[in-house]
Amino acid sequence: MVGITSYGAYIPVYRLDRALAARTWGGPPMMGEKATGYWDEDSVTMATEAVLDCLSSTAPEEVDGVFLASTTLPYKEKQMSSLIATVLDLPRTARAADFANSLRCATTAMKSALDAIEAGAARKIMVTAADCRLGAPQSMREQLFGDGAAALLIGNSEVAASIEGYYSINDEITDVWRRDEDTFVEGAEDRWAVTYGYMKNMQEAIAGLLRKLKLAPTAFSKVVLAAPDARSPLDLMKSFGFDPKTQAQDTLVNTVGSTGSAQAFLMLVAALEEAKPGDRILLANYGNGCDAFSLLVTDQIAKIRERRGVKVHLKSKKAVSYERYIRWKSFLPLESAHRQVPFSSPVVLWREARGLFTLSGSKCKRCSLIDYPIQRVCHQCGSKDEYDEIKLSRKGKLFTYTEDYLSGRGAEQFVVFPVVDLEGGGRIKGHMTECEPGEARIDLPVELAFRKMHEGGGFNNYFWKTRPRRA
Amino acid sequence: MSIKDKVAIIGMGCTKFGENWEMSLNDMIIEAAYEAFQDAGIGSKDIQAAWLGTQQYGGAGMALADPLKLHEIPVTRVENFCATGSDAIRNACFGIASGMYDIVLALGVEKLKDWGLRGLPENPGTAHPVLDQGVTGPGQFALSAVRYMHTFKIDRTPMAQIAVKNHHNGNLNPKAHFHRELTVEQVLNAPMIAWPFGLFDCCTVADGASAAILCRADMAKSFRKDYMLIKGIGLSASPENRSPHFDYLGFPATVGAARQAYKQAGIKNPLEEIDCAEVHDCFSWTEISNYEDLGFAEKGKGWRLIMDGVTTLQGKLPVNMDGGLKCFGHPVGASGIRMHYELWKQFQGKAGPRQIKDPHIGLTHTLGAVVSGVTIVGTP
Repeated sequence: MVGITSYGAYIPVYRLDRALAARTWGGPPMMGEKATGYWDEDSVTMATEAVLDCLSSTAPEEVDGVFLASTTLPYKEKQMSSLIATVLDLPRTARAADFANSLRCATTAMKSALDAIEAGAARKIMVTAADCRLGAPQSMREQLFGDGAAALLIGNSEVAASIEGYYSINDEITDVWRRDEDTFVEGAEDRWAVTYGYMKNMQEAIAGLLRKLKLAPTAFSKVVLAAPDARSPLDLMKSFGFDPKTQAQDTLVNTVGSTGSAQAFLMLVAALEEAKPGDRILLANYGNGCDAFSLLVTDQIAKIRERRGVKVHLKSKKAVSYERYIRWKSFLPLESAHRQVPFSSPVVLWREARGLFTLSGSKCKRCSLIDYPIQRVCHQCGSKDEYDEIKLSRKGKLFTYTEDYLSGRGAEQFVVFPVVDLEGGGRIKGHMTECEPGEARIDLPVELAFRKMHEGGGFNNYFWKTRPRRA
Repeated sequence: MSIKDKVAIIGMGCTKFGENWEMSLNDMIIEAAYEAFQDAGIGSKDIQAAWLGTQQYGGAGMALADPLKLHEIPVTRVENFCATGSDAIRNACFGIASGMYDIVLALGVEKLKDWGLRGLPENPGTAHPVLDQGVTGPGQFALSAVRYMHTFKIDRTPMAQIAVKNHHNGNLNPKAHFHRELTVEQVLNAPMIAWPFGLFDCCTVADGASAAILCRADMAKSFRKDYMLIKGIGLSASPENRSPHFDYLGFPATVGAARQAYKQAGIKNPLEEIDCAEVHDCFSWTEISNYEDLGFAEKGKGWRLIMDGVTTLQGKLPVNMDGGLKCFGHPVGASGIRMHYELWKQFQGKAGPRQIKDPHIGLTHTLGAVVSGVTIVGTP
């Protein structure tokens, strides 16, 4: 039996009230709010958060690979799943692959993981999807699109939701697109695109799945349909005789937004959070074709509830103004900080990747001092090269801090610098993120989050930052 | 071994500190050096070795040799964060004390205002790509000030008093960067730079140069009667600031440098035995920490010295008579030698309206958070 053995999710803490965007440009507001990543977040950092949430109760050494799905990967050439594999400290033989270019890439990655495990090539594969798509300012897509990520650990033991089967089709259609040189997502005329793209493909694949598994619509407790809008999935359900009132899984469009390739997984995570053993879930995802799956929940589901998932992330939020939002998304050229541009070196980051990305410190074998970054000569007892490399906790509290307005980099007027004492030992000084003026205080409970520091050297420099602990 | 009474300063020079838009690095070097040559009654050809203290400019010893045309003598560039000027003096002292040279030059200079940057640059060529990014001078010292305020339960008022005192002193000094009295309210209400430091809690980013001519103590009398003797020199690097147990309440580097200098000079009770001090007030709180780290007060009680007026021009131990880094300015490599320049003028009774009463023993102190230099000087 192969299926989902763990799940995790990530929704950025900041939410933009859609009415604020509508008020800025004129035009009708959509309902609700959308989640938006902070200026230092991208698809890779969000996916990393979801993956770490998913691994709350699994040892990373059991994971044989990472599949990362996104239409908004920060690089056109350079793999990013390898970075997540390094953060997780997976062996070099682990499979790492990026899936891209269609909102269906998440479920395509899941199919590939399933096929690999069924073929005996792997035991557990982490499949994660993240997106931060941009709609042009004053467009409805701007209001619709939200940022988020989810992760599913696919495996052949301790399965919480077995994958009974899938049915998959591909389709050549130019209904939604973004070329290499485009910043914003474009689309064809809506009525045609929805009818002949979304509806036709979803209908065909769902019908194929029901036929293949000999299941009736009544066999499912929940139907998870990724959707370009709120209405289409309801029309789709009615066409099969599903009952939207009892079977429809919330699309999260009104609370998080349309999260691109992550939407289907986020909805599935929300469904799994409420699922009981024996429940059957239909999952269908669209994008140049359709992947439809049937999942059967097992009694293992009760053992994987201790995580933030969708439920906790949804409740943990801060409001953001439209002015800050456009600042973070770099829609406007801003005055520079009149400070030097950040320096970087790919060589240094390569040499120190283990310590930097896996958050490994040194523990002195003689005096037990825990230090970060790794110190070859002990600060306390002076022993040389007598240390064990240990993984540090990602939780701690502020020993001291400052709000530095000289260091503002353009995306934000200030940077909060902390000194963080980590639980179980070690001290780290990673910049604070998501920290509002006046929010930092001595002893504030904090946690580390993997973020983009800067683009010095012409590439993305990632490292751990510190943020107020999310409830 | 002690350096005490082996080396004398016989001439000093110092440019105006501040926004020296119309002067180049070389112009300032020449102005400070020639003031010192004239003061000592010597010429550049009398110099047998020279040390250049500069933190940002990487042009090696040649950056000093070329503008002054010092031919075929050893010229060395010294860099040690904000203790750079102190370390140039220290190296010059040992050049003399070793018996190798009779007359040497120590010169500190910094040209910071040509680049249009806010605050000090961050050494991009050597900073770590992610561990050292975006860390500013004010931010670094603010981490300690926040912890200090929390631990010893003080507000920003004593720090503001430091700024008020140093601006008062600097206002009496024609060579200072700023000539403006401040009030406590102005300091407290200034725009925030790095909590708890507002604009007036921070020293100035300035251009400037300062120079000292040093010689064998037994030769000094042949140049002038009012020379100045080196009584003790300490320099201390302190990686302790980076240890995971560091308390962020002060600077072990200062404690170490002071201990060395006091031992050489034979000073046991600095508050009683030192007549005046020029200390590293890069930020208002730093001066409070300096009082404690230099042994003028117990840890946690330094702020009382400023509140009680002990360190004003009229106080028991005047500190930063020339305005300090805060008001006189902080061209990094020049500061350590500039401090000696003020004691030089004070000892000779040439400090004008800021002259204190009959000083004989003085202290200079520079601090780059993890490195500090302390020098004790005295009248013959």
